[in-house]
Amino acid sequence: MKARAAELSTRGTRKAVEAGLGRRHRKETLFHMFGLLATAVGIVFLGIFFFSLISKGASAFTQTFIELEIEFSEEVLAPGGEPDLQYADYDALVRDALWREFPAVTDRRERRELTRLVSAAAGYRLRDAIAENPDLLGARQRVSVPASADIDMLAKGNIDRNQAAAQRPLSDRQLHWIDSLAERGRLQTKFNAALFTNGDSREPELAGIQGALLGSFYMLIVTIALSFPLGVAAAIYLEEFAPKNRWADLIEVNINNLAAVPSIVFGLLGLAVFINWIGIPRSAPLVGGLVLALLTLPVIIIASRAAIKSVPPSIREAALGVGASRMQVVFHHVLPLALPGMLTGAIIGMSRALGETAPLLMIGMVAFIVDPPSGFTDPATALPVQIFLWADSPERAFAERTSAAIIVLLAFLLVMNLAAIIMRKRFARQW
Amino acid sequence: MTELKPIGGDPDKRTEMAAAKPGDRDETPRTAVPKTATRRRQLEEISELTGKTVGHVRCKEPLIVAEKVNVFYGELHAIKDVTLEIANRQVIALIGPSGCGKSTFLRCLNRMNDSIESARVTGRITLDDQDIYSRDLDPVALRARVGIVFQKPNPFPKSIYDNVAYGPRIHGLAADRAELDEIVYSSLERAGLLKEVRDRLDEPGTGLSGGQQQRLCIARTIAVNPEVILMDEPCSALDPIATARIEDLIDELSENYAIVIVTHSMQQAARVSRRVAYFHLGMLVEVDDTDRIFTNPQHKLTENYITGRFG
Repeated sequence: MKARAAELSTRGTRKAVEAGLGRRHRKETLFHMFGLLATAVGIVFLGIFFFSLISKGASAFTQTFIELEIEFSEEVLAPGGEPDLQYADYDALVRDALWREFPAVTDRRERRELTRLVSAAAGYRLRDAIAENPDLLGARQRVSVPASADIDMLAKGNIDRNQAAAQRPLSDRQLHWIDSLAERGRLQTKFNAALFTNGDSREPELAGIQGALLGSFYMLIVTIALSFPLGVAAAIYLEEFAPKNRWADLIEVNINNLAAVPSIVFGLLGLAVFINWIGIPRSAPLVGGLVLALLTLPVIIIASRAAIKSVPPSIREAALGVGASRMQVVFHHVLPLALPGMLTGAIIGMSRALGETAPLLMIGMVAFIVDPPSGFTDPATALPVQIFLWADSPERAFAERTSAAIIVLLAFLLVMNLAAIIMRKRFARQW
Repeated sequence: MTELKPIGGDPDKRTEMAAAKPGDRDETPRTAVPKTATRRRQLEEISELTGKTVGHVRCKEPLIVAEKVNVFYGELHAIKDVTLEIANRQVIALIGPSGCGKSTFLRCLNRMNDSIESARVTGRITLDDQDIYSRDLDPVALRARVGIVFQKPNPFPKSIYDNVAYGPRIHGLAADRAELDEIVYSSLERAGLLKEVRDRLDEPGTGLSGGQQQRLCIARTIAVNPEVILMDEPCSALDPIATARIEDLIDELSENYAIVIVTHSMQQAARVSRRVAYFHLGMLVEVDDTDRIFTNPQHKLTENYITGRFG
């Protein structure tokens, strides 16, 4: 009787399982499809993002130059017989060269239009050239000088020739001159070194990101130097030494909350405390770094605590059992095992800090600053702020520079994340 | 009978104990549903748990003396009035059903319970006539004298050499590298591991097999030259061959050390120990020579346990 009942019930189980199998498979397939779809959507949008960014920004890495036959005349460079290479009127040399190129242009207004083909910085090129090679004095040589931003845009196909003359930034005459220069092979496209060696500028062809890069770099140094040791120390204390009571819970809740506070609030805090109260100069990477350190501290604490928690208790017990003190347990065993996780948290925090803009607006790092900073208290901007500033500019040439700066920022982030992966691999140990 | 438990043993056990009301385990033994008569008899047996230990709690030349030890985990009274003497150069096995407090008692002997915040220990435990719970005694110093081997082999994720050298290093037992080498080699030798690992001392200890890892843990413990070795189910994660090796090792080590071993295997207790202490629901029910316990137990509960009626 019992055996019969058992047989019946096993048969029932088999039937029920078989009946439900189809439904289970359908559900699994559906879930699988959902996952694929979600991943595909993500990849497509990432692709669109990168495509638009690179197609817009890649051209900013090259720059149009005009090759001019410059006569380094002693009349201009050494007006009183004594050469004054620092403050000589190099612009006059550029003007003369252009006028020689187009002798037919004699009208003053037309001549002024003609000189606008080259960048306002063309004179500095000549100064650098003669500083490098003083023998040039009195000689005649071909020198490449940067074209003005409008010519650069024309060469890159960003200005429509067929537009009405009043609506395009270049006159018919300028178009004609440029075409004839191109025919003579005087137009060149070179790598845009100025993008990396110059600070910000009102002239797009002179604007570079060095100031912003250095500003971001100094800030990140301050940030990591402060937030990593503080965050790790806090995490160790909270996990290993602090008594588990209501205060610990309160602190935990507050740290989690702090990680979610909008970043601009940290900017206001930085403005009130570091600038107004302590008196650190505004726009300085030091203030930015301090604010970003506050911002990343909760992230690092949370990640470090998770890393410490994931160290198996058996390792702690083993060390305690041999007679290690709690300090020794932490520093000999827990910390080495938790380090990869802590580093990952730190790098994630740093990546977030690198991309942060809002708090920097509050502490004056949004100012127009031409000279790259040479220290922690020099005024500076940061990469994301520079992107924000350029995106705000009406000039066409700044649009491509905005994209270029974004590409540089992403490359910076990529390098940091790669470093994180390498470090994690390096420090990772098995147990 | 040997029960495999997840990592770390004790934290899980604590929750298990907290979850189960005292007495749960005996009213519903794990074997088939008891008939009413058996059930009534078991309930009667529980009523015999008077807290008075039968057999011989005292021994000759005691090294550790525990007097009226009580342990509380918060509200839970895990160990009740346990009095026990542990002799030098002898193996004593602590047996009993799961959650009976034998591991808790073991961990009192080197103050491993200190790291559990809710744990509270009363009574008096002396090692060589010195109160180990006195304020003047640093648990670090105590643990150098009372080593412990855990249920799950837990070598450090360091090289085999560093695993063994760790204790001597932090306690400053070796003056130079040669002395340290000497300690490491002799410890591995005594743990019966040297032959297998001599050529790969710089490889990670976690790469060894389970049984080798456990012997490495034993080597790590004896490298500090303790007076007592506590073992918390040292073989429960090992296969029979590795278990046999560890048991041989325990036998050899008992010539020099006092060994307290917690085990779920009655055969193991019978094989390795000279004395056996039977715990039940936090009480020490019976202590006696191993032969007596297994051939002629005085207490009904002991008899039930060793004959496999529950546990």
